[in-house]
Amino acid sequence: MLRYTINRLLLMIPTLLGVAVLVFIMLRMMPGDIVELKLLAEGGSVSMETLAVERTRLGLDKSLWGQFGDWMVGLVTLDFGISMWTGKPVIEEIGSRLELSMQVALMATVLAIAIALPLGTLSALYKDTWIDHVIRVFAIAGLAVPSFWLGMIIILSLLLTFDWIPPLTYLPIYEDPWHNLSQLIWPAMAVGYRYSAVATRMMRSTILEVLQEDYIRTARAKGVYEKWVISRHAMRNAMLPVITVIGLEFAFLIGGLVVTEQVFNLNGLGKLFVETVTRGDFTMVQALVMLIAAFFVIINFVVDMLYAVFDPRVRYR
Amino acid sequence: MIGSATQSIVYDAPKRRHPLLTFVVQQPLGAAGLVVIVIMLFASIFAQYVAPYNPVVIDFSSMLSPPSWEHWMGTDSFGRDVYTRIIYGARTALLVGFLSSLMGATLGAVIGVISAYFGGRIDMVIQRFMDVLLSFPIIVLALTVVAVLGKFLVGGLDLNLVVAIAIPMVPKVARVIRSSALAIRELPYIDAARAAGFSHTRIIFRHIVPNVTAPYLIMLTAFMAQAILLEASLSFLGLGVTEPTAAWGLMLSGSSAEFYREAPWMIIFPGLAISLAVFAFNLFGDSLRDWLDPKIKL
Repeated sequence: MLRYTINRLLLMIPTLLGVAVLVFIMLRMMPGDIVELKLLAEGGSVSMETLAVERTRLGLDKSLWGQFGDWMVGLVTLDFGISMWTGKPVIEEIGSRLELSMQVALMATVLAIAIALPLGTLSALYKDTWIDHVIRVFAIAGLAVPSFWLGMIIILSLLLTFDWIPPLTYLPIYEDPWHNLSQLIWPAMAVGYRYSAVATRMMRSTILEVLQEDYIRTARAKGVYEKWVISRHAMRNAMLPVITVIGLEFAFLIGGLVVTEQVFNLNGLGKLFVETVTRGDFTMVQALVMLIAAFFVIINFVVDMLYAVFDPRVRYR
Repeated sequence: MIGSATQSIVYDAPKRRHPLLTFVVQQPLGAAGLVVIVIMLFASIFAQYVAPYNPVVIDFSSMLSPPSWEHWMGTDSFGRDVYTRIIYGARTALLVGFLSSLMGATLGAVIGVISAYFGGRIDMVIQRFMDVLLSFPIIVLALTVVAVLGKFLVGGLDLNLVVAIAIPMVPKVARVIRSSALAIRELPYIDAARAAGFSHTRIIFRHIVPNVTAPYLIMLTAFMAQAILLEASLSFLGLGVTEPTAAWGLMLSGSSAEFYREAPWMIIFPGLAISLAVFAFNLFGDSLRDWLDPKIKL
């Protein structure tokens, strides 16, 4: 188990290195560079020398190998450089936004799990009854509704029924929990719907599968209460694929956030990413992509490890 | 016996149904999805005749008018008919969706088959690269590709947008196709083909590719839904289809958000169109999978 864990951790390195190379190459293929964009956008003519000086300051005059080397050294020493656009350290720019996005993501995950486990189980237990049909329609609609539109509909209905819109300024939860929650619960719902839909479908199909198993029959035969059969034997065994789906969909969740943050005007990672990628802010985009990819890879790792926790039969070598 | 000529022989021939009919009978939900898809397809092909107005002509005299008999879904802030733009938006969505899922699924299938057929080191390198692509959330990858490639308009269609939507699909398709192809590679007829001295190309295209068409078709339809969603998201962010072309995501972006109170129809209808389209393709895709090969996991 320990050996497997270490191997699995080591395997992340080539993947993340691959991500780094890919992002680096893609960004250098971008037409035009940030220096021109930034200085020429402010209007007026700028001499070639000013452009060259600015490029030197940002390290863009170095060879590609040099730039890549600098970045790698920075990554290893946890120095992500300064944003080419704002001139502030990347870590500072990301730090203030990470908190917001993480909170929304976590709230959406909790929401999704809280909805999916009972709904998926109910749907399976009452298969082909009206309860099942309602839940399945709810779930399949969740896959079709774009999260950003759902966000707009949420705002619209809040506005039309309560004449109220969520607060626009962000306050951390430890400063003003009420303000914070009343702002972030809506985007969490908007992105969480799809999430819960995917998990509900998975929960339903695995519960249906698990209920056919011998150990369920054994449990019933030895007289275990039905609610215990369901909660201890069926649900626990059905958790595995659901956990996988929840882990995998976390990437989708971040993707959903990219668009949904625009709707709710949230200054999170997604919004930052959209802004920086169009500006060609290399250091920022690189850092953001690495962060997101690392996150995704780690989540996958945790999911694999959770397998062993939830299913003692799974033994990694 | 002469009398035997009068005896009629009744053959109990198995009923032969058209495959489309079997699909409809066995998968009613999928058939419903297919109906919606066909309607959308017709509407978008014959948009000139179906749509009551011109999608791009600005009419300030009827700005932001609510749904009425003249404008079924109201008008937007430029006085353009929302219903008309939704019909033309179907054209954009289906075209971009189809081209990008065709491209993504085909590229993914080619990579998957090559990976499975050659195995060994080639397989490992390809799989590692696919892992790298998979560790990007779809929209992050698509956004980066859009930013890098810029626009490349051919007949009003941004081909680079198609590429940007297709690329995130490639690793997923490659994975599924690879696992199907791996199973086929071990079958005796592949050994026979190899023993007969056929070239790799011939074995791949004549013997393996035809046997992975089922997963290929399933992935193609499944990704149509995703491609439509992704196109809408990118257009919503202002990085996909641009004005004045009608696209559902674009209709939701920019000014429509400023008119929550004055013109909610500008928000409600385009989103319904996206949801309906994605819903239809999901239904159809799911049923197609159940019908062709229920074992495939997407």
